[in-house]
Formats: sequence, structure tokens, C-alpha cells
Amino acid sequence: MKSMAFAERTRKEIVRDPLNIVFGLGFPLVLLFLLTALQANIPAEIFVIDHLAPGIAVFGLSFISLFSGMLISKDRSTSFLTRLFTAPLSASNYILGYTLPLIFMAFLQILICFLAALFLGLPLNLNMIFAILALTPTIILFIGIGLLSGSVLNDKQVGGICGAILTNVSAWLSGIWFDLNLIGGWFKEIAYILPFAHAVEAGRSAIAGNYASVLSHLWWVIGYAVGIMVLAIYMFRKKMSGDAA
Amino acid sequence: MIAIQIRSLTKKFQGKTVVDALNLTIQKGELFSLLGVNGAGKTTTIRMLTCLSNPTSGDATLLGNSIVSNPCAVKEKINVSPQETAVARNLTVKENLEFIARIYGLNKQAVEQKVEEMLTTFRLKEAAGAKAKTLSGGMQRRLSIAMALISEPQILFLDEPTLGLDVLARRELWKAIERLKGQITIILTTHYMEEAESLSDRIGVMADGTLKAIGSAAELMAQKNAGTLEEAFVLLAAEGEAG
Repeated sequence: MKSMAFAERTRKEIVRDPLNIVFGLGFPLVLLFLLTALQANIPAEIFVIDHLAPGIAVFGLSFISLFSGMLISKDRSTSFLTRLFTAPLSASNYILGYTLPLIFMAFLQILICFLAALFLGLPLNLNMIFAILALTPTIILFIGIGLLSGSVLNDKQVGGICGAILTNVSAWLSGIWFDLNLIGGWFKEIAYILPFAHAVEAGRSAIAGNYASVLSHLWWVIGYAVGIMVLAIYMFRKKMSGDAA
Repeated sequence: MIAIQIRSLTKKFQGKTVVDALNLTIQKGELFSLLGVNGAGKTTTIRMLTCLSNPTSGDATLLGNSIVSNPCAVKEKINVSPQETAVARNLTVKENLEFIARIYGLNKQAVEQKVEEMLTTFRLKEAAGAKAKTLSGGMQRRLSIAMALISEPQILFLDEPTLGLDVLARRELWKAIERLKGQITIILTTHYMEEAESLSDRIGVMADGTLKAIGSAAELMAQKNAGTLEEAFVLLAAEGEAG
């Protein structure tokens, strides 16, 4: 009951900010349509819809980190969280209250991205459902990054870290816009040490029906997602029981 | 009946003593104001009493529940209106009230009843559907206090409730606070002497983490042979600085 009340509030705060809708849904969709149009005129394998759709879905999820991080850091800076910390709420109430609506929104975001991709030629089959499921650890990863950032940074810093650095790192080091093999070397090595390229590869492998490859990439994402979520929950709980909310 | 019993409450930050073995008893239904210059230890004291910060040593019981050993029970009985307005900006006035009522465990019927009551009491009915971020400073403060009262707390902490408000909004808020007097125990921190004098049953003056004096406004003025509370406060605070 308390967690649901909290979750409802989180949902309202996010959906009532028009910038969240523009960046979370509008921007990825515009990219999807533009790059598909580009591919039609200048054929590039990377922008073929079954390659592009999982990449855009992952890129869109990076904005979930921004939304969640900004909300939590604003709750801290406006003392709203201080007010809530004096209420009889448990740590799980906060975690569920912040994350449940974000999980729902992230799935909705992916679903809309894949529905748009259907219109652009992506075949409707079980592999698409499997690709959506394969992106679940990526959802947790980006929500965890947002929760962690919001717990330790102020809203301006969250804007910089999640809004600028994370969106760029997850875009450039994920192989969404270009084949990482084209650059190779240390760039490719770093890209495959980070989880973003694995997240995109897991989605692409699922679309292609290459299930063995999905798992090999998914373990990387799951490892990062669990690690960052555990760290985020630890930092948030520390704020709850600490001397500075 | 005792509402708050503070015993040797101490808080140290990196070896610096911010609140030094504070002892204080506040009765049920009393409006107690805590005065002090910046850094006197008021906010840290309030943070410990509201379970936001753990004491280094000592304890306090609020309606018989220890802030150290049973903070969950304390949180069920108190509520806070923080210094900043602390409202959910994209939620409407009504939704803010409903949200707080629900996280304090009120059932649906009680939520509806209490929301109506708060909207009427704090003259927020016409703004019920407006987003909190669109309200004036005075209305946001009224909403903030209404949010603190909707859970029917037995002890209410008001941290600088009229900070930054114009004279009219401040007077209006005083009236709202005056209406609560006697019904619940209120701990008020303020920098406005007139506010403390007008509203408080007793005033405590803090300096250097200790209580330098406690009494009614008249008692404090008599104690320092001062013509105004402000004069008495300056003398008491200066003693603390010199000590």
C-alpha cells in the first residue's frame, strides 16, 4: 500500500514533465525513423531495422537513468526526501516506490520502439518478444545508474552525468551508430568491458534467433545491473540512516 | 503529561560537539520554540528528535518511545514541516495531501475525509487541483504544514515555517498555528523573535550546542532585564559566544 502510493507519485512526477516524454519516447522514435530513411537511401548494414531497433531501444533506456536520477536528487535538494525520511517508511518502500513505475515505463518505451520498428519492416515473431525480455537486465542497469546518481549527486550533476556523459557513452560505446570492429583496438576493448555494447548485442542476437549468443552477452549486463543496483541501494540506505539527506 | 524527554542528547561531527548533553522536557500540548543563531545546534537537535540523525550519545523519548531504540514507533507519532517547502512539485495540492496520508497508512475513507479537512482548514480548497509548483510561497507553506498535519501527529516539528514569507502570509500562518495550540505538541524553530513571542508557551535559547535559557518570553526578558525578547536573546546568545 505504502509502496504503491509512492510508486503512483513517482509515475505522476515523471509523466507530467513534458521533457521526459520528448526525450524518453519522442527522440528515440525520431532517430529510428530518420536512420531507417537514411538506410533506404544509403544502405548501411548497421541501420537495417533488425540491427537498429534493439540499439535504439537501449539508447532510449539511457534517459530512464536521467529521469530517475533527476527525480531523486530533486527530492533531496527540495527537502521532500527529508520529509519522507521522517515518515514510517521502510527502505523497500522507497526502492519499490522509485523503481516500479520506472520498470513499467521502460518496458512501455521498448514496446513502443519495437512497435514502430514493425511498421518499418521488423518481422513480427517470437524473437521480438524474446528481444524485449533480453533487454530486462538493461532496464535494471539504467534504473540502478539513476538511483545511484540521484542518491549521491545534486540535480545539476545528475544532468551532467546522466544527461550528457551517460547518454553519450552508451551511444558511442554500444555499437548502435557504427560497427565497433571498424575502429577496433582499445576503443573496442573498452566498449566490450562496459555493458552497453553487450546490451545491444543481446537484443540483436535475440532478434536473429541466436539464443546462445544472447546469454553470453547477457551475463555482462546482468553482472553490471546487479552490481550497480546493490551499490545504489546501499548508498540510498546510507542516506536514509545518515546525517545528510 | 510529558511529550518529549531529552536526556544528555549529544551530537558530534568529526570531533566537534554540535549539541552538547542537552536536557529538556516538553509537556503535551505545549508550543515550544527553539531559538538560536546559525550553528547554535537547533537544526541538529530537531534532526535527532525526528530520527533523521543518530545521536552520538544520550537519548530522547517522544511519547515514551526512544529515538535510539525505537525510531519506527517515534515516526508513527510525529510529523515534520521542513524549512524548505518540501512538496511534490508536479502533484496537485490534493494529490500531495493524499500521498502523505497514504504513506502514513490511512485507509481510503480516512484519506478522503482528512484531505477535505486539511483543504478547508488551510484554505486550499480553491487550489486543490493546482500543481504545487504553481502556488505562491505562502500557499506552499500552508500546504507543507497541512501535509505535516494530515497524519494526525501527536508531535509536530515546524522548522522555520514562515521563512521568506511576506508579512500578510506570515500572519495568516501564525493564525493557523495558533489554532493548533493545545491540541498537539509543537516544536518550532524560528529566527523571528516576534513569532516566538507571539506563539510560544515557552522558549529555549540555544548557543554553542547547549540551552542557555528556558522560559516564557516575559521570563526571559525579566531574566536579562531586557525591554524586548530580541534584546534578551542577543544578551543570551552573546553569553554563549563569549563562553
